Amino acid sequence: MGDDKKVDVAAHAAAFLAQDDVHEPMHDKNLWAARMKRDAAAREVPEWETLRELASQIKEHTLTHLYDYLLEFESNAIKRGAKVYWARDAAEHNQHVWNILQEKNISAVIKSKSMLQEECGMTAFLENRGITVTESDLGERIQQLDDQPPSHIVMPAIHKTAEDVAQLFARTIGTDPRNTDPHYLTEAMRDNARRRFLEAGAGMTGANFAIAETGSFVVCTNEGNADIGAAVPPVHIASIGIEKLLPKVKDLGIFIRLLSRSALGTLATQYTSHFSGPRKGGELHIILTDNGRSKRLGMPDFWTSLKCIRCGACMNTCPVYRRSGGLAYGATYSGPIGIILDPTFDESRYSELPYHSSLCGSCTAVCPVKINISDQILQWRKVMAAKKYLPVSRRLAFGAAGKIFEHPQLFRSAETMASGAIRFTPDFLLYNRVLNPWGRHRELPHFAGQTFREWYLQYRAKNNEHGEQRP
Amino acid sequence: MRVGLFIPCYIDAIYPEAGIATLELLERFGLEVVYPLNQTCCGQPMANEGDQQHSAAAEQLFVDNFREFDYIVGPAGSCVKHVKLHLDAIPQSPEVLHVRERTYELVEFLHDIVKAAAFPWAYFRYKVGLHNSCSSIRGLGIALPSETMGTPFNKTARLLQMVEGLELVPMDRPDECCGFGGTFCVTDEAVSASMGIDKVHDYMRHDAEFVVSPDMSCLMHQQGIARKAGIHLKFLHVAQVLNGGPF
Ligand code: SF4
Repeated sequence: MGDDKKVDVAAHAAAFLAQDDVHEPMHDKNLWAARMKRDAAAREVPEWETLRELASQIKEHTLTHLYDYLLEFESNAIKRGAKVYWARDAAEHNQHVWNILQEKNISAVIKSKSMLQEECGMTAFLENRGITVTESDLGERIQQLDDQPPSHIVMPAIHKTAEDVAQLFARTIGTDPRNTDPHYLTEAMRDNARRRFLEAGAGMTGANFAIAETGSFVVCTNEGNADIGAAVPPVHIASIGIEKLLPKVKDLGIFIRLLSRSALGTLATQYTSHFSGPRKGGELHIILTDNGRSKRLGMPDFWTSLKCIRCGACMNTCPVYRRSGGLAYGATYSGPIGIILDPTFDESRYSELPYHSSLCGSCTAVCPVKINISDQILQWRKVMAAKKYLPVSRRLAFGAAGKIFEHPQLFRSAETMASGAIRFTPDFLLYNRVLNPWGRHRELPHFAGQTFREWYLQYRAKNNEHGEQRP
Repeated sequence: MRVGLFIPCYIDAIYPEAGIATLELLERFGLEVVYPLNQTCCGQPMANEGDQQHSAAAEQLFVDNFREFDYIVGPAGSCVKHVKLHLDAIPQSPEVLHVRERTYELVEFLHDIVKAAAFPWAYFRYKVGLHNSCSSIRGLGIALPSETMGTPFNKTARLLQMVEGLELVPMDRPDECCGFGGTFCVTDEAVSASMGIDKVHDYMRHDAEFVVSPDMSCLMHQQGIARKAGIHLKFLHVAQVLNGGPF
């Protein structure tokens, strides 16, 4: 993809910040509250850090033996009566879904949140073919009605205020625009969706974990809609990313303990549903989907991003994400995890994302499966710089800075020149006037009358005998 | 013990007092301190941007300047973090590895190597908001990050508490990033400024009079934000407080 399609995440973030005094402070406050609840929940578990280490090791083990575990899962799932399909990419995934629906003559599906289906652009694909797709989870439904992708992987509509939702529902499902009571709005949505559950020919879910040993999979939700979707319509289609595998049932306990505490600070999700084969009289279709995962597995610096269990903790803790809103990233995945996943789908389009981070490292420290997110962000910058995705002005700027810092004499004269100017500006650090929005929000620091080095030369000359060096 | 004094470029030019305080402080502990005159920059700005090609020469110069010292000490968490964790644009010779291993941020050097137990010359009767930089906390382990479970520790706070009169104020988000982030502060200006203003308000809510940090670069950003917003807060490098000046 060309430069014109590049996501300018910094500009989107600036727009989110500038829109009003309400959205960004609310977004920041709500997600920080989630982070605080997560801290409190983690503190209750004395072996928290050990759990993180174990989870990381289990995931790494599984990923390095993925081929075997996938085959084991497939054969066990088939034994239990499920139909298993393999999808290399989004197109194949969507085609499988379409084939199943066509074969069964299904024209309406009810779905529960799945980031993988989002990644595959499944809803648009099906709707273009005349299928009615209804999101059943509240946050997802809000986003669907507003024609927006989810902005957070656990709280898809967290960037919206109650007023936004009231306006949206008034427009789309006919509620009272002045009534912003969350209970009223939730209830209205429930009424609106219930009918669709009954009409749907298929229920679609994702999976949080798939167990090789048993061929079963687990879906963790708080609203229970995945369960209704899987239980009411006769057909259940589950889209499972190949990285969701765990070897054994006994491994699950570790992940269940980490997932919900990391996500929302709750002890467990309201529903932790295990699906082991089709229910009586029903059908279960499982689509094991790659869509770039095996390619990522082959990337030495980035493969451990496949450990991700999609808890969203890195987003909640990220000070940049909290102030940008998730939609600024222009991608399926936002926040720190998005920054390291999105470029694996399209390097050019997402080449600015790795710069949308202050590299504070909080994401790495919070991640329940110990992904070195922050290091991978820096590593992606190296890729972007080496492949020349950066704007020319920035490349030149850092080239010039590199030259200055390479030569002490040049550095001294640059310092002197800068001090001769009326004001000394921090773009001296970056060595470029192209990059100088510093002064819009910050007053410029003042250049000192005498540099440290000049002071040192005088001080050493008059004070002691160490001054054997000469400039 | 010969200590090579590493003064990052922005301290040299904008905050020489922080450099002077660092030198004087180390000498108070009887160390032989030398400032290699040919130093410029550790390569961090370029490396931070992902530009390995242009950081390589600066990194090599850094190693050439400091390879002969027992320890290299710099009053700057993020620069030291770069040297320790990310100085990898040049081949990792034994010299390079020696420099990377022996480079210390001032607080961790005083706390872990010098094992400073008192600062009898220092006196500071103010309410202080402490800003440990992200590089110092999550990169160098100067304090237990708030995300990590375990027994909390904070080396900077421990040193500051030895200064007579000094009172540390609590903060709502003690180790939230201030938004400096090196090149981030210009490439992502709006978010950076928003993070900075939130940080400054956190100090204000807790009646801090001074903000003290082992990382002057974060302070440069926060100070600029506070001044622009007309907020009266004073900013000092931790070395100035521990040394009792110069202010
Ligand atoms: S990267 Fe880690 S913290 Fe972020 S969503 Fe994935 S598992 Fe959670």
